[in-house]
Amino acid sequence: MQVSMTINGDQVSLDVEPRTLLVHYLRDHAGLTGTNIGCDTSSCGACTVHLDGEAVKSCTVLAVQADDREVTTIEGLADGDVLHPMQQAFHECHALQCGYCTPGMVMAAVSLLDEVPNPTEDDVREGLEGNLCRCTGYHNIVRAVLQAAGGEETRR
Amino acid sequence: MIPAAFDYVRAESAGHALELLAEHGDGAKLLAGGHSLIPLMKFRLAAPAVVVDIGRITDLSYVRDEGTHLAIGALTRHCDIETSDMVGSQAGLLAAATSKVGDPQVRHRGTIGGAIAHGDPASDIPAALLALRATMVVDGPDGQREVSSDDFFTGFLETAIGEQELLTEIRVPKVPDAGWSFQKFNRRAQDWAIVGAAVLVDNGSCGVGLVNMDSRPVRAAGVESAIAGGAGAADAAASAADGLEPPADLNAGVEYRQHLARVLTRRGLEEAGA
Repeated sequence: MQVSMTINGDQVSLDVEPRTLLVHYLRDHAGLTGTNIGCDTSSCGACTVHLDGEAVKSCTVLAVQADDREVTTIEGLADGDVLHPMQQAFHECHALQCGYCTPGMVMAAVSLLDEVPNPTEDDVREGLEGNLCRCTGYHNIVRAVLQAAGGEETRR
Repeated sequence: MIPAAFDYVRAESAGHALELLAEHGDGAKLLAGGHSLIPLMKFRLAAPAVVVDIGRITDLSYVRDEGTHLAIGALTRHCDIETSDMVGSQAGLLAAATSKVGDPQVRHRGTIGGAIAHGDPASDIPAALLALRATMVVDGPDGQREVSSDDFFTGFLETAIGEQELLTEIRVPKVPDAGWSFQKFNRRAQDWAIVGAAVLVDNGSCGVGLVNMDSRPVRAAGVESAIAGGAGAADAAASAADGLEPPADLNAGVEYRQHLARVLTRRGLEEAGA
């Protein structure tokens, strides 16, 4: 069936099976491999993208559920060579090691700040509970999100 | 993991969904937000021939004040319930339980109707609805009927919703002055509850719903009658696990779950002011 959506501002229309998951639509059909598949069971958050501006786990959304909607992936955040403030904060705070969780973590963090613009550290930790990182111990990730929110001075 | 192949149809309204269910019969399954059904389909534990997508029926997403109760559309998402001022002030227990479901991404997609129609004893929301004495509204070919929360959850992943029926609304009594507590015990963020207790205390009576303490969501009736009879929190909570058959799994055995039910119910009663 024909499934159409706007991905990072571009109109995309592809013929896929109804059972195609959004993450496979993005990676295998639209060629956007920035979104990672981690657990494939809606636990780890590596596949997090925005659907109509809100963070969702694209391994647990059918592509057809995003039909006629707007999807933003990690590829859509930066403005040319200028990183999104959240990406910049992750870079500056060394909020990644292997980087596998990072696309999903950044997308979840951007969505969190949309809903809670001035979060406390607890808000950030709770708001990112759907994203697992096995390297960093989360401290630098939390620091990056707080820096991006402009709420707390960065300590290094 | 990819679901087994299925045919996809999109319902444009509640009436259209009922027509599609009638047309496609046993092989059809309703898809709301998909956060219970899609994981099952990926594991091939469910393989419906036809998926009827009701997720775009926007007029089943609402929270309304109906005087004595709140009317919540079945397709209202968890994130909209947890942040609803009306739910927070009139049925705070439901808002609290909803805020503990999964994680923010899950709550952006999952719906109250989808969650309870799944009938999972490990889900947080049924316990809150049992404690609140909510009523479910079900539409079908023979019209509309109301089902009390006590009659709604009939077995493991089974509810009173018939194959040709659609859950359309959840009616939650307004209890602005009640004390409440939602106790969820798990070992990791975003996990299912190993055991949970939803407690409502209102004018000397109480409601206690338990998570993961039987094959279906259940009330702790012995605790409720003990409180009504004047017992204190600790004495009443001692009967929290009576007559229940909790599952045993890697996280907890039967006796440990029974212990947790008593402890969490006591804490809940104390926090709710019993």
